[in-house]
Amino acid sequence: MIRFDQVSKRYDGGREALSRVNFEIPDAEMVFLTGRSGAGKSTLLKLIIVMERASQGQVFVQGTNLNRVPRRQIPAIRRDIGVVFQNHQLLFDRTVFHNVALPLTIAGYQPREVGRRVRAALAKVGLSDKEKQLPIALSGGEQQRVGIARAVVNKPSLLLADEPTGNLDPGLSEEIMNLFVQFNQVGVTVLIASHDLALISRMNCRQLKLGDGRLLEDTPADMNEGVS
Amino acid sequence: MQTGNVRPGASVSARSLRDRWRGYLAHHRRVAWESLQDLLDVWLSSLMTWLVIGIAMALPTILYLILSNITNLSGDWDGRPRISVYLNTTVSDDDGRAFARRLAQDAQIASLVYISPTDALTEFTERSGFGDILATLDRNPLPAVVALEPVARQAVQLKLLVAQLASEPLVESVYFDLAWLERLFAILALAERFVTALGSFLGLGVLLAIGNTIRLAIENRRAEIEVVKLVGGTDSFVRRPFLYLGFWYGVGGAVSAWLLVVVSLVFLSGPVENLLAAYQGDFVVVGLGFWQSVMLLMLGGSLGVVGAALAVGRHLSKIEPG
Repeated sequence: MIRFDQVSKRYDGGREALSRVNFEIPDAEMVFLTGRSGAGKSTLLKLIIVMERASQGQVFVQGTNLNRVPRRQIPAIRRDIGVVFQNHQLLFDRTVFHNVALPLTIAGYQPREVGRRVRAALAKVGLSDKEKQLPIALSGGEQQRVGIARAVVNKPSLLLADEPTGNLDPGLSEEIMNLFVQFNQVGVTVLIASHDLALISRMNCRQLKLGDGRLLEDTPADMNEGVS
Repeated sequence: MQTGNVRPGASVSARSLRDRWRGYLAHHRRVAWESLQDLLDVWLSSLMTWLVIGIAMALPTILYLILSNITNLSGDWDGRPRISVYLNTTVSDDDGRAFARRLAQDAQIASLVYISPTDALTEFTERSGFGDILATLDRNPLPAVVALEPVARQAVQLKLLVAQLASEPLVESVYFDLAWLERLFAILALAERFVTALGSFLGLGVLLAIGNTIRLAIENRRAEIEVVKLVGGTDSFVRRPFLYLGFWYGVGGAVSAWLLVVVSLVFLSGPVENLLAAYQGDFVVVGLGFWQSVMLLMLGGSLGVVGAALAVGRHLSKIEPG
């Protein structure tokens, strides 16, 4: 599903955010990306949705070499990837329904189909009763779940999340993680960047640990003392 | 938690082309409607923009209408030169008619009409409204006239003919009415150029006004554009609402231009018709016809879309998430 081949990313200022990173994530795996702030987690995710391009090396997603993707094709790549952003990236002047509907509208679904899928996605994250509200009226955890509903509404085969439990209390964080596990169980590849080590240690998942832009450890799932 | 029927992993591309096309059209309808709604929500500031565009479009439209009315007024003239030959008042009616018959034989003359002094008086009495005064005269002061249409069109040949006619002993004077018409048409052509140039400048102004308004709209919705691009919105998807916004600005501007033109014409046509009635009788100021109104609307809509496209092309590509 995802393959990084000697990937380095140097920003304009000269700072090297990623340095010769190698790894491969097969289909339907659930992987955590760990490391301190500034270790390169966000940069790595940005490379996968082509918000940034690798300075060296190659990034493959579903067999496509992202280095060679022309600008015009970037939207098509992004439509196949669900992304949950740390700061939610919701539209605050649109209702919850419209926020979740956005990827479907972009993909050109008819209104009736949009309604059906949005309601299903909202039901999945437990926000069925909030579809007419504006995001501002929701709690942080609820906003995050709107973001998740939007990420999965188009049934992507790859789901990325950048610190999805960043500002949430442990109970809510666990709920959110359970959602990701459920998506993974129906075959979605999930890659979550997080520094919530306590939570991650309770999940039996593969971990990629970044430090100073380098891949420090790659721990397979069964090496963690998971509970699930 | 309810599972629902969101089952990720299914292929997105399984949908038929027809479904996508319908979805595409549905989105166009929705965006068109929503952008109009957005404008109506802030109707006061929208109205300001519409009026600015309306005034810029109304001005050349009114000038154009004035020109076409003047052209109508002089439209009786079909572009052929006419020469009026006034005979001496001492010439008898029989001599006059004989002279006219002789001229009719001339190969340089295409056609002619002989107007006797009596005919001339009758016609003048009818047209001028000075009948009472004329009736007090003891003698008909009008000469006989031969109104003729020459074969020649070139100025040189016409001047020769005029000179030849003027040298005839029976002829008092020759009135050649091409010159002032030529001047009038030259002035009209110049005025038309002027209106076209003015219209182009004001059209450019409309483009810039709409472009600037759209630029502000883009700035206001920067966050939204970033989110849309993040979840895979194509450039044309991002562009669409702004193009519709420009379209509505343009159409709204054209509607206000139309209203301004209609009001101005109502304001002008009464006095103008009164003035012209004193000269010529029945003259009606011609306003915007149905198709001209449709064209005005279409022009407004196109200016709006083009203005928006210019702004969008310049500013949208600079907004990238990250």
